[in-house]
Order: sequence, then structure tokens, then C-alpha cells
Amino acid sequence: MVDFHGWEMPLQYSGIIDEHVNTRIKVCMFDVSHMGRFEVRGPNALDCLQILATNDVSKIKDYSALYSPFCYDDGGIVDDLIIYRNTEEKFLLVVNASNRDKDLEWVTKHCNSAVVENISDKTILLAVQGPLAQHVMEKVTGLNNLVAMKAFEFTITDILGAQAIISKTGYTGEDGFEILLDASEISIWDKIMDMGSEFKIKPAGLGARDTLRVEAGLMLYGNDIDKNVTPLEAPLKWTVKFEKPEFIGKEALVRRQIDRKLVGFELLEKRIARHGNEVFLKSSGQKIGFVTSGTFSPSLKKSIGFCFVPNYVSPAQLIEIDIGGKLYQAKVKNSTRFYKRIGR
Amino acid sequence: MIEGVKFTKEHEWVKMTNEGQAIIGISDFAQQQLGDIVSVELPKVGSNFRRMQTMAIVDSVKASSDIYSPLSGEVMQVNVELSEHPEWINQSPYELGWMVKLNPLDIEELDKLMTTDQYREFIGETDKQE
Repeated sequence: MVDFHGWEMPLQYSGIIDEHVNTRIKVCMFDVSHMGRFEVRGPNALDCLQILATNDVSKIKDYSALYSPFCYDDGGIVDDLIIYRNTEEKFLLVVNASNRDKDLEWVTKHCNSAVVENISDKTILLAVQGPLAQHVMEKVTGLNNLVAMKAFEFTITDILGAQAIISKTGYTGEDGFEILLDASEISIWDKIMDMGSEFKIKPAGLGARDTLRVEAGLMLYGNDIDKNVTPLEAPLKWTVKFEKPEFIGKEALVRRQIDRKLVGFELLEKRIARHGNEVFLKSSGQKIGFVTSGTFSPSLKKSIGFCFVPNYVSPAQLIEIDIGGKLYQAKVKNSTRFYKRIGR
Repeated sequence: MIEGVKFTKEHEWVKMTNEGQAIIGISDFAQQQLGDIVSVELPKVGSNFRRMQTMAIVDSVKASSDIYSPLSGEVMQVNVELSEHPEWINQSPYELGWMVKLNPLDIEELDKLMTTDQYREFIGETDKQE
């Protein structure tokens, strides 16, 4: 067990690599109840979220969700989150555990014409992820049409007698579902593990959650993005909708000169880079950036990660990473995504 | 845990061969704490280390760890197979997962290390045995 922003969380159950591989080829369940959850309700809910989010909240249909950063006035990121729309007047925000208090304050401050309720402690959130997740979910819900559910859609249904919100979302790069339940329904964990055993479901912890999300090229707040990083430097340009008349940070993002970018790298030697390791240009020896995330990729069996480099650095260019005082060669990749599930 | 082995507080083990060489690795407790080990950087044969100097680095998915030389001496051999099979340190820390064979400079340094019983107590294993 490790302390994760005040939560006692399992780093691993059967082992990080075992859990990682099981998520890629079968299915794993993660307890992600540490994530913050707020409801935003009322006639002004949509308008206030539209001001907070860089992405276009007006494009979300009922029973759909959208990934978006919230930015500060200077374009730095407050948090990245998923916004679920029940109706035009009822939204659910799922935010990072590390940012719960800060986000609640931020949203409350900017949504004073809407009702903001922190439902984090009243609810639990489970993630069932992997190619067999759909079979597990169909078995526990009794539904047979989950295959038709598209990414970022959700539905309200019954799981073994408990009312739940099931969304086709996750943080692993696999097909998968997240399940929001009342906190009193915690016994659902054991029931899903039991019923999922025919699909070889395993529990997975924070360790595999991290290796899976790095392979999938997904950002982690506090590692890759934070208040000093704009979505334009991170691979999140697609979430910034300049055509929106107004959102917090828009002016700064329009004006701000972007001279660095977050890229993926593959270490060519057998070490693992870690957050904070310095990055040098191979050709000149000049210091050019730092590692934001680094791990071993169980799918590729390679050492991979993300780092900031100046814009002029191109894919396939060689860089060197300082790990414990020694330089190791790495290659810059086209994107931060190392793994794509089959069929995407 | 195997017998005839001594341990450092940094969780390396050392076992003397009949020929007077010191075989070095990390303990079962250490490999469990590190989790899946994915790479090992071993010293060059012929390099010299003082006692408790960093001689190798082990990377697990979770963390990187320095491995200290339990004794002063010269590296005679390293387990080159670990480059292809770093997981052997997890699977067999006292046998397949050995890391370095050292020609010790001062055999009396062994007295500074813990016996198996002392090490068990050090890692709190005796407490759990009821």
C-alpha cells in the first residue's frame, strides 16, 4: 500500500507487469475512488462550464462525456478532467485526486450561478478495463448492447441491484468502462471479481495504472502537466477550442509564444528514466529539457517516457538523458502514444 | 533464505565460495520490495570497489536502486545473463539472480555483515513468525 495524496492505495496486487499485461489481453479492475467527483447543476451549469473548460462543452450530447483541461488566466493548467452531461442543467466532473480541494474551490468560485456539489465521499468509482471488459460488464448488468456504446458515452443502469452510471471511459488505452456507484455499494467490487473470474479478471493497482497510461500517451497532472504547462505545449492542442467566444486562459493562449513541446521518447539503453531527469541534445551536449514521466513498457518491452524539448527538436533525433549522473541515449518519437489497441 | 550467507543493511547478500570468491546479489526481501525488475546495470570485470560503494544499478518498474558492494575487492565475473533475464532476480534472488563475483581484499570485512538470523530480525521477519 502506498500513500497517494492522502489515500491508502495498493501499488500492486499480483505485480505491475502481470496486471498490465492482463489489462492489455484480458481485463482488470481498478478502484479509482480517489478521483474527485463534483456535480454542477442548474440553468447556468452549461454556461459556467463553458467558461472554465478549454474544450467545447456545448458539443456534449446528453449521456456523453468530454475530456478537457481547465486553465488559469495565464494559460497554465488547473486540472484535466472528464465532464459528463446528463442534461443541459446537470453535469458531473471527474477530476484528479491531487486536485480535489483546489478544483472544488475553482469551480465553486466560477460557478456561483450554479449549484456545485462535491459527491466524492458519497460515491465510489471503479474502472473495468481491457478487451474482455465488455463481457464482464454485460454479465453484471444483464445488458447485451454494451458493444454499441461508443467511447465517452454513458448510461444509467442497474448492476446487481445497485444503481450505477456506466461510462465507456478509462485511463489505460484499452476499451473499458468506469462505474460510479453510491459509496454503500462497495461490495460490488467482490461481486464483479467473482462474476468476472470466467474472463480471468484481476485486480490492478496504481503501478499498472501508470504504465498503462504512459504507453497510451495519456497525461498525468503533477507529472506531465501542471500550472506551468499550457495545453498547447502538452499534446492537448485538440482540446483547446479557440472558436469559443470566451474561456479562462483564452487570451493568454492566443498570445503566448510556444517554444517547447512534450514528446515521447524511447531510451536506447537498459535503464528507466524518471520524472525530473534532465535532457540534453546529443549533437551539442546542450541541456534542452526534462523528463516528465518514464517507465518500462511491458507491451513493447522497452524503456519509454515523455519529456519536454524545444520545438526545433524533430522525431528520430537523438537526445541524452541524465539518470543518476550518467547520460543514456534516447530517441524522440512522433507522438506520446506508444500503444494503440487493435482496431483503433 | 539460504544458509551460509551474510547480509548488508542495504539488502545485498554475499556468499563465499570454496575458492575464496564472494558471490553477491540482492535479498529476497529486496526483490519483493522492488517488484518487477526490468533492467540491471552491472560493473565491468576488473573494476575495483570499496566496501559499500555503488557497484550496480537495478531498475524495477517502480524505482531505481543502487546496489552496494558488501566487501572491498575486484570484480572477477558478472552475471551477463541478467541482461536478457533481469526477472531472474525476482524469481531466484539467491541462485539464478546472482549479480557479481568479487575477489575480496579483506576477508575480515565479512564480520561487519549480518548473519541470516540477524538479517531476518532486521527486516522484521521474526516478528511475523509468532
